Amino acid sequence: MTMFLSNLISGISLGSVYAIIALGYTMVYGIAKMLNFAHGDVIMVGAYICFCCLYNLGLPPVVGVLASMAVCTLLGILIERLAYKPLRQATSLAVLITAIGMSYFLQNLAQMIWGANPKSFQTVIPAGNLTLMGGELKISYVSMVTIAASVVVMVALSLFVGRSKMGRAMRCVSEDKGAAQLMGVNVDLTISVTFAIGSALAAIAGVLMCSAYPTLKPTTGAMPGIKAFTAAVFGGIGSIPGAMLGGILLGVIEILGRAYVSSELGDAFVFAVLILVLLIKPTGLLGKKIHEKV
Amino acid sequence: MKKVFALVMAAVMVLGMFAGCAATDAPKTTEAPKDDAPATEAAAPAGTIKVGAIGPLTGDYAIYGSAVANGIQIAIDEINAKGGLQFELLNEDDQGDPTMAVNAYNVEMEKGMQVLLGTTTSGACAAVADVANEERVFVLTPSASNPVVNEGKDNVYQVCFTDPNQGASSAQTIKSLGVGEKIAVIWNNAQDYSTSIYQSFMAKAQEIGLEVVADTTFSDDGNADFSVQLQAAANAGADLVFLPIYYTPIVAIMQQADAAGYDFKFFGVDGMDGLLAVEGFNTALAEGSYMLTPFDANKSDELTSSFVSTYTEKYGVTPNQFAADAYDAMYIFYAACQDLGFTSETSAQDICEAMIPWMQTYTYTGLTGEGMVWTADGCVSKVATAYVIKDGAYASVG
Repeated sequence: MTMFLSNLISGISLGSVYAIIALGYTMVYGIAKMLNFAHGDVIMVGAYICFCCLYNLGLPPVVGVLASMAVCTLLGILIERLAYKPLRQATSLAVLITAIGMSYFLQNLAQMIWGANPKSFQTVIPAGNLTLMGGELKISYVSMVTIAASVVVMVALSLFVGRSKMGRAMRCVSEDKGAAQLMGVNVDLTISVTFAIGSALAAIAGVLMCSAYPTLKPTTGAMPGIKAFTAAVFGGIGSIPGAMLGGILLGVIEILGRAYVSSELGDAFVFAVLILVLLIKPTGLLGKKIHEKV
Repeated sequence: MKKVFALVMAAVMVLGMFAGCAATDAPKTTEAPKDDAPATEAAAPAGTIKVGAIGPLTGDYAIYGSAVANGIQIAIDEINAKGGLQFELLNEDDQGDPTMAVNAYNVEMEKGMQVLLGTTTSGACAAVADVANEERVFVLTPSASNPVVNEGKDNVYQVCFTDPNQGASSAQTIKSLGVGEKIAVIWNNAQDYSTSIYQSFMAKAQEIGLEVVADTTFSDDGNADFSVQLQAAANAGADLVFLPIYYTPIVAIMQQADAAGYDFKFFGVDGMDGLLAVEGFNTALAEGSYMLTPFDANKSDELTSSFVSTYTEKYGVTPNQFAADAYDAMYIFYAACQDLGFTSETSAQDICEAMIPWMQTYTYTGLTGEGMVWTADGCVSKVATAYVIKDGAYASVG
């Protein structure tokens, strides 16, 4: 029983990291209608910035987190302006390929700057455990902070999109870019803000992920990026609570699958569940089917 | 639109032709004696021997490919500085991928490669070795340790240990040192290196009565979650975790074991070398861990210390055993060039046929071993030394 609980908590903690990454994916997809495959690599950049602040400059963790958020926000806006904006009118396939290209560009750039040797990320959260049930169940502080952060981020993001003026503009752009522009919404600004927020989230995800799983190298963001994308599709891409649910379920399935089915098939298990969900509910768990009005 | 596309395609094709010409022209112009520089031509009568290397310079395994290339480069710089025979390194990236490796091999053959000191990773090396075996090009791989690399191929030799050799000696060492009673194994089932060591370790462990209580795998050398594997080991009451894997996941495993409050001893193989040089890694976590490795960057003999200081100065990091194996590989080939009189004019095929019998009679002492000799199937015999990590450095056991 304690082993099950302990695995469950590991799963939720891993899932929370996927969830924060998936929130960034789903925001950009929901509003700009594009899959930003470079998102995972922005996470990696965020983690490197935080690593440099802590290890090379010896700054306190809070400054490291803020600096990596600032750099990632700028990076996100820059990527959007340079790589995606000129393709606003192009086919979605062209944008998708550009995003994959951007992903490789960031990986190789990071390798040029920081080298291929892995770095060991220093956690920004105090190491240690909360011990429950007479010492049998241990929950690390990193897990607790990760889970709490993902919930806070999801609630804040839902409120922002649902209540604020910029949020309303985002929803307008999401529904119909052309009509939004006619109604006076600044589409370019809205999309830039979306990328800025998505990238700031990526920085948080990077710091939290590397605090829990501390190996940092230029390809660090690639696999979590793909899994978070899976989580976003799983939960219903474009839906904020969907990304959260998808991420957490994915993490739990992965860990429990590895613990009870086979440690060799952890990843295969995750994707098998994805296929099953999409067969039964093609829009994902919380995705809405949108009827095109003609 | 179609017209534009057609024009672009046509332009690309024309450019491609030019690119092809440029590539084939290049070696000719460098080989042709120039009137304005007769002195340098005379100083190097043998010309420049072209040595190839292929390995992952980008992607997940970039550290290994770069280490090999750097190790060869340092050896070449030293040899070239002596005067006499001059060497040039042709280096291509394969990202550890067999298809890209074969393409890289073809590119280097076009450029006039005479011998291949590679490739770095086993899977890619096996693919290249098949082609090189048909074309009769000699392959001396510094680091591809899987037996599949030279099985049935008379022209492929290894500088590193073979994987089965390491697995069996690990089991033997654990038994003879008595460092663990109940052993858990965590290995990478997506990697031929790890799988092969694991299999030979398990076979030997059963033979000598070593108790393996937990056996778990993973498949991603990146930032994996090891909570399940570590918990399985703890639940089975393991006191020693055997890690036949590269050091990147070992960093993650040690940190996660520490964060979860487990107190295991760890035992690694040569892939663990490099662990202590990871930036930001708290070396106290590795304290008391054991490993088998042919190379120790802290050794105080002249050869090791001069190599380590040159390498660190030039590349900013401490060399790992991949770099050391590569450095040895270059010196082995250099010895062959002197013994057998190779020049820049000797064809790759002639070098290959001369190297095969020579390797079996040659004894080499270098960074990664003393009195290294080779069998006819291309495997090296050298001693794996067990080290224990003490005060953040390797110390000899016992």
